[in-house]
Amino acid sequence: MTEIALTPSQTSGPYLEIGLIGGPTSNHLVDDSDRRAIRISGLLIDGAGDPVPDGMIEIWQANAAGRYAHPADDREEIPVEEEFTGFGRSATDGTGRFAFVTVKPGRVPWADGRLQAPHLLVGVFARGLLKRVATRMYFPDEEAANAEDPVLVGLEPEERARLVARAEEGELRFDVVLQGRGQTTFFAV
Amino acid sequence: MQPETAFARVPDEALVATDPPLLYPDYVGTRLRAPREPLVLLPSSLSELTGPVYGDGALRETDADLTRQHAGEPLGERIVVSGRVLGSDGKPLRGQLVEIWQANAAGRYRHAVDTHDAPLDPNFAGCGRCLTDDDGTYRFTTVLPGAYPWGNHPNAWRPKHIHFSLFGRAFPERLVTQMYFPGDPLFPFDPIFNSIPDERVRQRLVSMFELELTQPDWALGFRFDIVLGGREPTPLEEPHDD
Repeated sequence: MTEIALTPSQTSGPYLEIGLIGGPTSNHLVDDSDRRAIRISGLLIDGAGDPVPDGMIEIWQANAAGRYAHPADDREEIPVEEEFTGFGRSATDGTGRFAFVTVKPGRVPWADGRLQAPHLLVGVFARGLLKRVATRMYFPDEEAANAEDPVLVGLEPEERARLVARAEEGELRFDVVLQGRGQTTFFAV
Repeated sequence: MQPETAFARVPDEALVATDPPLLYPDYVGTRLRAPREPLVLLPSSLSELTGPVYGDGALRETDADLTRQHAGEPLGERIVVSGRVLGSDGKPLRGQLVEIWQANAAGRYRHAVDTHDAPLDPNFAGCGRCLTDDDGTYRFTTVLPGAYPWGNHPNAWRPKHIHFSLFGRAFPERLVTQMYFPGDPLFPFDPIFNSIPDERVRQRLVSMFELELTQPDWALGFRFDIVLGGREPTPLEEPHDD
């Protein structure tokens, strides 16, 4: 008889690449050749301002039409894409950099029916993180949608600015700061 | 200026702790990496009620047997590690991707950053994956990992452990953790294990030796059940006597 009590978290440690990179997961949610492809990259930074070279970023998102590849999203009127899982993983490299190739998700509803701006859910793992921390990434070319996003409007302006990626040389740049000045806002979800 | 619809914020250390706190200074790695700002309590939307789903075809047969991924057999004590993945309602979670990684029998990871002076095993990569069956059961065959030293403090050693990764039914249920082995003498000295404040909760990470899981003349068996659920944040209550 199993006791029904939650299993606690432990750190992924510095060797997470062995188990979590490769296999059925990838940092390419679509192929480079997909005409809708967007590139997202950023640095994972610690409280001393140094890059975190042994971390991992995960993203979870709706498809371009705004539907999640999950049974709880049963909005039949919005198409699913068989090949699009909505999930991506990138280890950080020796310079703390992570990178994804994906599509911009469509808008999905908030609990009260208002539309959220296009966004990615972002999970962060690393040696020194005893549990995952979670944040969101928004898109810089969605000013009107961002201005009415139920999450962004509930944050301070400088927090909001840090959750919106910057357009930079054909990519989106999104840094995650774990601690200290300019710390990314993390959510309890 | 206060935002028009501000969310509640709560310091990590004020949350009821199934999980360890973000900042646990005895584990030196947390000091510069643990976020210090209070967490923003976000209600769930469709984004948080969903999460990645994997099906048959995602894996190869040898993914769940870490002793059969190379030309030869790895050295060490062969073990079976199995258990059930359940939701917090006690229902089995079917088709869950379970991912594990571990050191070899000598206590060495096959990773460029691991410089512990112990031998690599050419027949052991230390990486396994499987999907849970209709009963929520997963099963791996591997070798008992070795304990190993690390740089946290003088003469620091990690207890033997296997890293586990699970998704649950939705984004908030995602869990990365470590499974330990019963009776490990290193438990009292390990800040990662002891970062979980409640001793009873800590014990949920210690697998059980189970004779029924052993394979006669082949492998010892250890059971490790896993319960996944949303980490509903609840402010810590005042201590009281029951």
